[in-house]
Amino acid sequence: MSATARPSEMVPGLGRRIGSLRSERRWALWTAYISLIIAAVVMLAPPLYMLLTSIKTSAEIADPSGNPWLVLNPTWENYAGIIGNPMFRGFFYNSIILTVCVVVITMVISVLAAFALARMKFFGSQVLATGVFLTYLVPDTLLFIPLYQIVGGLGLLNSIWGLVLVYPTLTVPFCTWIMIGYFASIPKELDEAALIDGANWMQMLTKIFIPVALPGIIAATIFAFTVSWAAFVYPTAFITRPDEMPLTIGVVSQLIRGDTFAWGQLMAGALIAALPPVVVYAFLMDYYIAGLTAGATKG
Amino acid sequence: MAPDSSAAVLAARPAAAPARGSAMKRFARRRSTIAFLMTLPLITVIGGLVAWPAGYAIYLATLNRRQTAFIGLENFDILLESETFRSVIWQSCFFAITAVLLKALVGFWLAHMLHHIPAKGQKIWRGMLLVPWVIPPALSTLGWWWMFDPSYSSINYLINAIGFPSVPWLGEPWWARISVIIVNVWYGAPFFMIMYLAALKSVPDQLYEAAAIDGATGWQGLRHITLPMMQNIISITVLFSLIVTFANYDIVRVLTNGGPRDLTQVFASYAFQVGVLSGNIPRGAAVSLFMFPLLAIIAYFVLRGVNKRNQEMA
Repeated sequence: MSATARPSEMVPGLGRRIGSLRSERRWALWTAYISLIIAAVVMLAPPLYMLLTSIKTSAEIADPSGNPWLVLNPTWENYAGIIGNPMFRGFFYNSIILTVCVVVITMVISVLAAFALARMKFFGSQVLATGVFLTYLVPDTLLFIPLYQIVGGLGLLNSIWGLVLVYPTLTVPFCTWIMIGYFASIPKELDEAALIDGANWMQMLTKIFIPVALPGIIAATIFAFTVSWAAFVYPTAFITRPDEMPLTIGVVSQLIRGDTFAWGQLMAGALIAALPPVVVYAFLMDYYIAGLTAGATKG
Repeated sequence: MAPDSSAAVLAARPAAAPARGSAMKRFARRRSTIAFLMTLPLITVIGGLVAWPAGYAIYLATLNRRQTAFIGLENFDILLESETFRSVIWQSCFFAITAVLLKALVGFWLAHMLHHIPAKGQKIWRGMLLVPWVIPPALSTLGWWWMFDPSYSSINYLINAIGFPSVPWLGEPWWARISVIIVNVWYGAPFFMIMYLAALKSVPDQLYEAAAIDGATGWQGLRHITLPMMQNIISITVLFSLIVTFANYDIVRVLTNGGPRDLTQVFASYAFQVGVLSGNIPRGAAVSLFMFPLLAIIAYFVLRGVNKRNQEMA
C-alpha cells in the first residue's frame, strides 16, 4: 500500500522483486520436488519391501549376510504356494462374500435414508441427521465387547454372517452422511418437475436422484468396500475358526505359525489381500477423493 | 432431460391447479409415512447396533466376571488402581496426541508441496503418496513388522550402512512406542494430505496476489491467509483423527501385541486382551468405556466445527 503512495521508490524495489520472485519460485519448486521424492520413497518403501520379500527364496530371506533390499534369484514360488493354499483361498472367498453383502446392504440403507433426510422434512429428521453423524464418530473398538455378547447371543460367533450383521455400523453412517450432501445439492426444480409429471417418491429416487448423484454413489460404494475389506477389530474378536475368517485376520493370525515364519509366503499373501482395494482406487481415485473431501472422514 | 421436464411443467401447470389443495394434503400425510419407512433400516442399525450396545456396555461393566452379580463401579476401581491400566491411559494419550500432531504436520507439508508443483504432475504424485492409506492397515503393518524384525531388519541395514548402530525397534519400550507412532503416521498422513490439498485449492488465488502486491513474504501469506482460511478444516481433521487414533487397534495388535511388558497397550488392545482373550467381558467393557468421555468431548467439538463449516458454505 505504501508503494502506491511513493511511486519513485516503487520502481527500483519492483525490479529487485521480480528477479527475486523468479529465483524464489525456482527454489520453491526444487524444495517441493525434493520433499515429494523423499516422501514418496518413505511412503512406498514398506509395500516395495513386501514385494521384494515375496519374490525371494526362503534361503535368501534367511541369509543375514546380504543386502535385504536386493533380490538375487527372483521366484514366484511364494505366490504359487500361497495361491495353492486352500485355507488362503477360503479367506479370499469369505472376504468377497462378506464385502459384497455389506456393500449392497449399506448402499440400500444409506441411499433410502439419505433421500428421506435430504428431501422430506419430517418429525425428528434434523435430530436423526445429527445422530447419523455422531454414530460415525463412535469407533468400533468402543462397541466390540457388547457386540461380542450380542452376536454370541444370536449364535453368530465364528460365522461371516455375524460380521455381515455388524459391519454396517462401520459403513452406513458415513455413506448416509455423504449421500445426504450429494442429494441436498440437487436442485429442487428437478424433483418439482418430476412430482408434477406424476412421479411417486420411488420413481423420483430411481429416475432422478440416483442418476444425478452417481458420483456420490460411487464414492460411497468405494468407501463401504474399502472399510469392509480392511475391517479388523470385529473379525478378530468374533472369528476364531480359520474356515470362517476373512483375509485381514486370516493372513495376520493363520499364516504366522510357530517360530519359523514363512516370510515370503506371508508377504505374498498380504500383498494379494491388499490388491483389490489398490486396484479399485487406482481406477476410481478421483470419485473417492471427491466424496471424502466433501464429507471429511476417518484417517 | 432438463428441457423436457420443464416443458412438461409448463404443460401440466394449469391442469394441476384446481386439484392442488386436497392432493397436497394427502401428499403431505403420506410423505412423513414414506420418509419414516425409508429411514427405518437406518434407525434399526443405529438403534440396534450402536445405541443399544453402547447402553449394554454400561450395564455389562457393572457386573462381576461371571456376569452373575451387580458390583457397581468396582471394575472401574480395580482398573484405576492397577499399574498396568494407568500405563495404558498414559500410553493411549501419548500415542494419540503425538501421532495426530505428526500426521497433521506431515500432511500439511506434503499438501503444500503438492500444491506448489505444476497441476499436470500433481495427480501422479498424489497417487503415489496415497498408497499407504489404501492398503488395509493390518496388512501393511505386517510389512513394517518384518522391516522391524530384530535379526533381519531392513531398516537397521540402512541405518548400519550410514554408520549408526542397530535400533532395537520392537524390543525396547521406548523404541516400540516410537515404532507404533511411525507406522500410524505413515498410514494416516496421506489422509491429512488430501484433506488439506482440497482445502488449499479452495483458497482464492486473488488473496495471495493481493498479498504479494502488498509485499507479503511466503511465510506471511501462509500465516495470514492459508492458515485462517483452512482453520476450520484443520481442526475438523485433527479432531477426527484424534478419535480414530485414540481408538486404534490393528497397528498395535499386529506390530507389538501390547508388548514389551504391556507397555505399548492402548485402550482398544487392552480391552481386547482383558475382555476377549482373558474372558473377563465386564472388565473389558469397562476398559473401552474409559474412552467414552474423551471421545464425547472431541465429538462435540467436531460437530460444532462441521456445523460452522456448513453454515459458512451455505
